[in-house]
Amino acid sequence: MSSPALMTSPDQAAASAAPGAAIPPRRPAFSARTLRWFRLNQDRLRSLLVGTASLILFLIAWHLLTTYRVVFFVKFTNVPAPLAVYASFTKAIHDPHFLMHILLSCRRIFIGFSLAAVVGVPLGLIMGRFKLVHEVVFPVAEVLRPIPAIAWVPMAIMLWPTNEQSIVFITFLGSFFPILVNTLHGMTLVDPVLVRAAKCLGAREAAIFREVYFPASLPHIFTGLTVGMGVAWVSLIAAEMISGQFGIGYFTWEAYSLVQYADIALGMIAIGVLGLGSSLVIRAAGQLVMPWRSR
Amino acid sequence: MSQAAPDTRQGHIEVRNFALSYETIDGAVEAVTDTHIHVEPGEFVSIVGPSGCGKSTLLNAVAGFLKPTSGVVTVDGSAVTGPSAERGMVFQQYSLFPWKTVRENVEFGLKMGGMPKFERERAARTLLGLAGLEAFENHYPERLSGGMKQRVGIVRALATGPKVLLLDEPFGALDAQTRIIMQQILTNMWQRLKISVLFVTHDIDEAIFLSDRVYCMTARPGSIKAEIRIPLERPRQQSMMMSSEFLALRRGLMSLIREESLKAMGGEITDLGMQGLGIEFQGHSIADVL
Ligand SMILES: Nc1ncnc2c1ncn2[C@@H]1O[C@H](COP(=O)(O)OP(=O)(O)OP(=O)(O)O)[C@@H](O)[C@H]1O
Ligand SMILES: [Mg+2]
Repeated sequence: MSSPALMTSPDQAAASAAPGAAIPPRRPAFSARTLRWFRLNQDRLRSLLVGTASLILFLIAWHLLTTYRVVFFVKFTNVPAPLAVYASFTKAIHDPHFLMHILLSCRRIFIGFSLAAVVGVPLGLIMGRFKLVHEVVFPVAEVLRPIPAIAWVPMAIMLWPTNEQSIVFITFLGSFFPILVNTLHGMTLVDPVLVRAAKCLGAREAAIFREVYFPASLPHIFTGLTVGMGVAWVSLIAAEMISGQFGIGYFTWEAYSLVQYADIALGMIAIGVLGLGSSLVIRAAGQLVMPWRSR
Repeated sequence: MSQAAPDTRQGHIEVRNFALSYETIDGAVEAVTDTHIHVEPGEFVSIVGPSGCGKSTLLNAVAGFLKPTSGVVTVDGSAVTGPSAERGMVFQQYSLFPWKTVRENVEFGLKMGGMPKFERERAARTLLGLAGLEAFENHYPERLSGGMKQRVGIVRALATGPKVLLLDEPFGALDAQTRIIMQQILTNMWQRLKISVLFVTHDIDEAIFLSDRVYCMTARPGSIKAEIRIPLERPRQQSMMMSSEFLALRRGLMSLIREESLKAMGGEITDLGMQGLGIEFQGHSIADVL
């Protein structure tokens, strides 16, 4: 009776507190717990409330700007209203084409990003450990790094036999450099005292790498993965808009050509939600892999 | 002191004709010169000296992190060529692996030695129990106090059963109360394990309270200025620090160190070009005032 009280939502707690009035001794303990739950989660509840309010305000502003077709430097004349977007959303979730666009984009992200992580993290670790590899790879990486992935589109189309491969390649490129650079940065920040401590305890090169350099770099590796995931989506959407036939970026661009303005906003929101979801996945993975950093 | 110890006892440190200089852009910086020290098996020896005199340099050379420019460092007759698990080390900075729990930290050396998981877990638990840390075995170091971190550091260094334990100002960052407790814990462990200890500190009381012998180093370039036996009986109590014997030793060491510290600081003042200023305090030179 008492422990689930921690879990009950505020209105449930209020509802069950009323019949509890019939049994006087139990009620005070129960409400004390509820109160404590509120006190402990005060900050989180607060930001949840403010966050919801801010989103609602945003929707209202959007609604007003579009229904009154405001023209004030920017034109809201053709911008779809939130309700219109919602209508096209309810239609789209029953439309296998829309789902296929989303799935294809997710697949491209998954392949491109995974490849970038599988190549970028070990390369960064090895560059951080072996000077020669660093000296050889770093100049090339520095020259290629500032080139935005979108600028690679024409080259990618020439390099790869299929459109699909070139899009995945561009996604890969977008996330590769942030992952590489952050991993390398993490390696340079490894506390030398920890390396010496490991050596004093009999650790050899491979063990030092596995037990010290790698875990010490993990926080930066995950920073790289988070940034890399963001850039992966940017690159993917650009590539899909330019050269795609499928994918959520293509869907958004096509909506414009087909004068389906509600679908433009739907595509944008879908991209936003997917981007948010994938960075949440990385954050969760980070907490799983680095339990010592939670709190 | 323990000259009569049988040959089977291990942990004899010998540093002979030792000199070490660092290569810098301005040429070689001579940190330590012409130094001879030794630690007998099971002996507790401290090194004290003014800041920058090369205490850490000497200790790091014994640990195998630095190669002497000349001279040799041997442990039980074999030359030190690099770090190894037979010489445990405790650092001034907290050096626990943040990604390992307390127990995993203690297990580390055993894991490197190839001990199976089950066995080393049990060994680590036993050791943590001896240090009164069993309740924290699953904590990450971040959640421990400074004193606990250093206690785990000592336990971790001892877990592999090293011949010698090297400590570089391990309690420097702790408050006075915690320091005293840590000194007691270290003494207990040392007596139980009969291990040789080389302990670097700048705290004279600490050096006297813990040691069988204290080396006092000169200002840079460091060498041994004096070697002092501490004949205080063991087990030592905190109350001994008020005894006349203790205070006499303290006075002696204090004046040795003061001389060297002034030399060290005099050098820096000269460097700053302050000598030419001829600052005087009520007719005394700056050295007298200090
Ligand atoms: N890597 C280095 N390069 C050049 N000089 C160094 C280097 N490390 C130490 N030194 C110099 O060598 C001298 C001895 O340094 P060391 O760290 O051994 O002194 P210490 O006695 O441990 O001092 P403290 O009590 O402050 O820890 C110092 O004057 C220092 O400036
Ligand atoms: Mg030092």
